Amino acid sequence: MSATTASQGTGPSFSGVKGHGAATINAARLAISNLDFFYGDHRALKSINLDLPERQVTGMIGPSGCGKSTLLRVLNRMYDLYPGQRATGQVMMDGSNIIDAKVDVNSLRARIGMVFQKPTPFPMTVSENIAFGVKLHEKLSKSAMEERIEWSLTRAALWGEVKDRLHTSAMGLSGGQQQRLCIARTIAVRPEVILLDEPTSALDPISTLKIEELIDELKHDFTIAIVTHNMQQAARCADQVAFFYLGEMVECAPAVQIFTAPKQKRTQEYVTGRFG
Amino acid sequence: MSATTAALPGPARDERVSRSLGRRRSLSNITVKVLCIIATVIGLALLASILFTLLYRGLGGLSLTVFTTSTLPPGSNGGLLNAIIGSLIQTLLGAAIGTPIGLMVGTYLAEYATGSVIGNAVRFVSDVLLSAPSILIGLFVYELAVSPFGGFSGFAGCLALAVIVIPIVVRTTEDMLRLIPSTLREAVIGLGAPKWKMIVLVCYRAARQGIATGILLAVARIAGETAPLLFTSLGNLNWSLSLGKPMASLPVTIYQYAGSAFSDWVQLAWVGALLITFGVLAINIAARFLLRGAK
Amino acid sequence: MPNQETIVPQADTATKPSSRPRTSPGDAIFAAVAKSSGLFVLLLLGAIIVVLFLGGMKAFQAFGPYFLIDDDWDPVQDIYGAAVPIFGTVVTAVLALLVAVPLAFGIAFYLTEIAPVWFRRPVSTAIELLAAVPSIIYGMWGFFVIVPIMAQYIQPPIIDNLGDVPYIGTLFQGPPFGTGILTASLILAVMVIPFIAATMRDVFETVPPVFKESAYGLGCTTWEVMRSIVIPYTRVSVVGGIMLGLGRALGETMAVTFVIGNTNRITSSLFGPGNTIASLVALEFPESQAGTLKLSSLLALGFILFVISFIVLAISRVLLRPRLKT
Repeated sequence: MSATTASQGTGPSFSGVKGHGAATINAARLAISNLDFFYGDHRALKSINLDLPERQVTGMIGPSGCGKSTLLRVLNRMYDLYPGQRATGQVMMDGSNIIDAKVDVNSLRARIGMVFQKPTPFPMTVSENIAFGVKLHEKLSKSAMEERIEWSLTRAALWGEVKDRLHTSAMGLSGGQQQRLCIARTIAVRPEVILLDEPTSALDPISTLKIEELIDELKHDFTIAIVTHNMQQAARCADQVAFFYLGEMVECAPAVQIFTAPKQKRTQEYVTGRFG
Repeated sequence: MSATTAALPGPARDERVSRSLGRRRSLSNITVKVLCIIATVIGLALLASILFTLLYRGLGGLSLTVFTTSTLPPGSNGGLLNAIIGSLIQTLLGAAIGTPIGLMVGTYLAEYATGSVIGNAVRFVSDVLLSAPSILIGLFVYELAVSPFGGFSGFAGCLALAVIVIPIVVRTTEDMLRLIPSTLREAVIGLGAPKWKMIVLVCYRAARQGIATGILLAVARIAGETAPLLFTSLGNLNWSLSLGKPMASLPVTIYQYAGSAFSDWVQLAWVGALLITFGVLAINIAARFLLRGAK
Repeated sequence: MPNQETIVPQADTATKPSSRPRTSPGDAIFAAVAKSSGLFVLLLLGAIIVVLFLGGMKAFQAFGPYFLIDDDWDPVQDIYGAAVPIFGTVVTAVLALLVAVPLAFGIAFYLTEIAPVWFRRPVSTAIELLAAVPSIIYGMWGFFVIVPIMAQYIQPPIIDNLGDVPYIGTLFQGPPFGTGILTASLILAVMVIPFIAATMRDVFETVPPVFKESAYGLGCTTWEVMRSIVIPYTRVSVVGGIMLGLGRALGETMAVTFVIGNTNRITSSLFGPGNTIASLVALEFPESQAGTLKLSSLLALGFILFVISFIVLAISRVLLRPRLKT
């Protein structure tokens, strides 16, 4: 602990960044161990070991190019789409390694959903957007589907704004609404894990706030991992924060600790704004 | 905004239903992929069939006579010399007439008329002319340059080909000039150069590979055109280099020979077809390499 | 308008006079040449329309609107009608599209999603080379290769098996010459496939990857992503590409002339002969003297073809314009 006592003298150089997350970290829902990731011959992730705790938010921070988005995209096997990208190691979920080639990727993605930086409403109506993912994996009656749609939009804090325009095109929504639609679409499939890749960086501050409040509620039912380049956001939303640098995970600690008393010098330099 | 932490609705996801849905979806996915592969194989097979037929039927008749003797009546061991020369003359002259016009229009569109109504109209018309039926161009030039002057002529053929060249050159010139970054233009103007010098000395130079590609593609296109020549230069079974008289061309000769009842003429038609096709394909491939370098 | 943008240089070129604004006469001339060339293109289109119309005036005056629905073509009695060639033009073009569009789509889908990356460029190039082959070559290939195949292997079994089926049987009757409307449509289809496939491929590639990843992220298969995301996203441009193919098919001459059978009547059988505007004009022109009603009828047909093509190509251009702008 001597590193933290030494740093208390200098302290963080900006105020307000204090972790608000849970005091205790739950058991792991996804356990990443010894994960390497390659773009061709270039090793972009080096021996990552990280647990995503059940029904809590794990924030992933670090400077550009440090690998945090890459790691997120490993978790739902998005890299399968691009030849030349591969991962080795283990990502354990319910006793099986999800990066194993034998895993059925399509049903995996029903259990691990992703929301992207840019809102991506599909060119269809609002309710068709929500129903789209559900129909891939479940056969629901019309009333059950409508119930699911209402539930998803309610959980995504969008129901009030769209309930009268469910059958109009989703492209007509504002940016913040579109992103909440994407969140609703993702949770409609009832995944267990939700991956958020810089979900608010393309949005205005008010929409950002709404989505952060949303994350706070969603974590009661879903395990969440969020990549963000905004440290304050990580401090507000996350229970556990992992700091990445140059493809390695430097430190992972409860949010309350990582912003005030990080163990690694690198982490401290980053959270105090010395670089990034 | 709802603040409920309602339990997930409905029964837990039925794994069996999900799996059977997954199997069905996977099956349609694979089926579609296989159909697409078949479609691509068909497309490639068609190309292969065309090339193979040309080689199979044309190579046998390839001989020095083809290049040294003019067209002769059937049975007289004729060649295609006048047709080849006639095609070369009309193609090159047609390109020579059409290219400067196309170049100027492309320059106009890229440098003087990027948003104006007239500019948009010109661009629109050029795009339509690009795909317009070439037989109509032939009819048009017939009415203007053949009928009033009393006769078919090689020159009328060149005019018809020039009209076909223009929109092709316009499109590539405009596209290539637009690729030039505005920072380069501003640097040249900032040195005190007048606009026309910026265009001619710098922009054309910067875009020269792309523009050359456009010209090559236009040449490849008109080298194979038959219909417009049927109405303008008509074809000539005798040797003639005069632009004021009907002039032979390879496509027209092929057309006349292929439909005839004489086997040596049909053989020569295949030789001509072989020559034109591989010539045109070679120019296309060369143009592609040039374009890759330009971009 | 003289260009006022020239900046007078400073002391290092002290020999230049610097007290008056320099207007470059070169600029004025160059701009005038450029602008007039633009106007030239507009005039060219206008001239084509006018010349064809005036050339066909005699026929329009002689036959009136009846010209469009008359299926005579009688050089002896000097009575000409456009119905047969118009019918042939439209039918062959539409049939060609029915065959070409699914194949072109399959090729475009293959090139953008299925093919291994290293294989895409060569296959793309091969398909584009199909577009570069001159149409007379298609005509010869069609006549010497496809017609015998049709006559020996395709038409006889179809005629035997389907020719007597009620209602649709009439589509498949007649002697199996190998030529005819269907054969011409198939050759046209081969010609337009590369245009449509290339346009579709270009347009599919403009879909931002993040949209496709969103769909994959929900567990979609490749076909589902294509069907639910890519095609709706690019729908307008895809139709534009199809219209472009249609425009080309309508005007094709040499490919069709060899194989359509060159007969001036409307048959109900796909294997029957017919004519398109382009093939009729090409075939009848050598026997038409200047100033005759026959030539005027051919020019009138040309005008009609131009109008049809212009409308189709204009629609295609409008639909494709957003793509062209980028």
